[in-house]
Parts: sequence; structure tokens; C-alpha cells
Amino acid sequence: MRYLYWATAVALAASLITDRQKTWTALRLATKKLWKILPAFLVMLVAISVTLYLIPDALMLKVLSNPRPWISVWTASLLGSVALIPGFVAYPMCGILHARAVPYMVLSAFSTTLMMVGVVSFPVERGYFGTRVTLMRNLVSFGIALVVALVTGLVFGEVTL
Amino acid sequence: MKRRTLYMLLVAAYLAFIGISFVACYDPGRQMGRSLAYFAFEMLKILPCAFILIGLFEVWIKRQTIEKHLGRQSGLKGHLLGILLATTTVGGLYVSFPMAYSLHHKGARLEVIFTYISASAICRVPMTIFEASFMGGKFSLVRLLVSIPLVVVTSMVLGRFLEKRHYAVMAG
Repeated sequence: MRYLYWATAVALAASLITDRQKTWTALRLATKKLWKILPAFLVMLVAISVTLYLIPDALMLKVLSNPRPWISVWTASLLGSVALIPGFVAYPMCGILHARAVPYMVLSAFSTTLMMVGVVSFPVERGYFGTRVTLMRNLVSFGIALVVALVTGLVFGEVTL
Repeated sequence: MKRRTLYMLLVAAYLAFIGISFVACYDPGRQMGRSLAYFAFEMLKILPCAFILIGLFEVWIKRQTIEKHLGRQSGLKGHLLGILLATTTVGGLYVSFPMAYSLHHKGARLEVIFTYISASAICRVPMTIFEASFMGGKFSLVRLLVSIPLVVVTSMVLGRFLEKRHYAVMAG
């Protein structure tokens, strides 16, 4: 996170030194753009907090540790698509789950959909690319995550074809 | 009703619900309120910087540069550059959407920005290191080796399909 602040500070300073006028234009543009998409971001925040309540950790653990891997790969993918959990929470959780004998395949399905498929970020994505394209991208990403999970299962010897 | 108004009404109603929950000691509402505050703060830490960088990008980077490296003639190299650019993303998908939009606005090809968006979800450097430390390097390696080629191929197909249909990205 810190490197974001440094990058922004350095870029802003360099820009100010080179051309003050252009820097103001950039900042005005930044504000305008943020303002325009802000409602979608707020709706996303609402969606995150509601889904987090509806899918508590206990339920997540229970669903992911279903003994039948084929079922849990599907439920893990669906769960990962709906949830928006930052990586620094999700990966330690996956680590714990793996220690409890949840297969890599299931954790891969969960973490990949978590990162690639965004149901709650739908309003933001839609604001830029429209409903159709957003749907297509998310569906394709879901498919990719399933393939990744399958290959992970094969590589770790958890499933055989 | 405009979508913007609808969104704002929804958010206002939700905030009212959270407020009442705190006054009335309604526990589910209070829990939602806490996670709302937590995530709002997380976004506040990222979004202003991200949008300042996007603004600077829009003002300083020449259209020709983007067109040359990420545009129609860029080929596979454009995708590679898109992935490289994505590895530096902070936050998650929601930061890469406005950036992808600006890139496209400056002449980056549709298929390249699809690669950029997906790559920003799966191969951010800090996140991958973190993942590997909990799940093992083999897990991360398999994920990257399988997902990146799939991302590039599907982005090509999706991008070209939409270009043929004269899809235009909306104003954002």
C-alpha cells in the first residue's frame, strides 16, 4: 500500500514542477471522474457489507470443507464470486483450511473466483463497460477459475481423469 | 429515474437503516455498519491516489504512445505489456476498471484492456507473494501458468467479437 502513496506523491511533484497548469487539469479530471463513479462505489460498499453479514465465516468454513470435492468446487466458486474479501484475509484463511484437509482444488476455485469474478463490484464495472460486457467478462472469468481449479487438482493428485 | 439517483437513494436508505440499528441496538445492522465502515475506510485509502494517478496519466501520456504499444498493431506484445502494467495494480478489480477505461480512451485495444483487467485480478505482485507464502509456491505457479494463457486467449476472442459488433465503451 505504501508504494501507492510514494508513486502518487512523486508523480504529482514531478508534474507540478514541469507544468502547473497541466497538473491542475489532471486533478480536476481526477475529481470529476471519481465523482461520476462514486455512487456505484457506494453501492458496492453496501453490497459488500450485506454479503459479509449473510455469509458469515462459519458458513464459509462449513461450505468449503464439504467432504465431496466436486460439490465443494462448485460451491467454493459461487462463494468466491459473491464475496469480496481482501487477499490479506482470504489467503491466511485458505492456509488454515488447507491445514484442515480442504483440497487445494477447492481453495483454488475459491481464491481465483474471489479475485476474478466480482458480483458485488458489478455496479462499478457496469458503469464503465455496460451490462452485457460485464456479464460476459465475469462468466468467462468464472470458467477460467474452474479450469484453474481442475488443473490444480490434477497437479496435486487430488483428482484423476 | 436516473441510475445515479437510484444508487444514491439506496445508499441513503441503507445508511438510515444502519443509523437506526445503532440507536435501537439491532445487532445484525450494527455488524453490517461496522464492516461498511471498515471497507469504506479501505477504499478511502486507495481511491483518491488511484484517481490522481489516472488524471495525471490522462494529461501527460500521449495518445500515440498508448496506440503504438497497446493499440491495434500491438499484437501479443500489447497483451504482455498489459499484464506487466497489471502487476503493479493496488487494491483489486475495482481500481483496474477506471484505469482500463482511461487506457481504452487513449487508444488501447479492447482485447488488451480485457487482459489488463483480468491480469490485475490474478497477478498483482504483492498479492501473489502473499498467496505463495500461505499456499506454497507450487499452488501459485499452477494458478498463474494456467490462468494467464487462458486470460489472453479469451480476451482476444471477446475483444475481437465486440469490435466486430462495433461495441463502444460508455462514457465514464
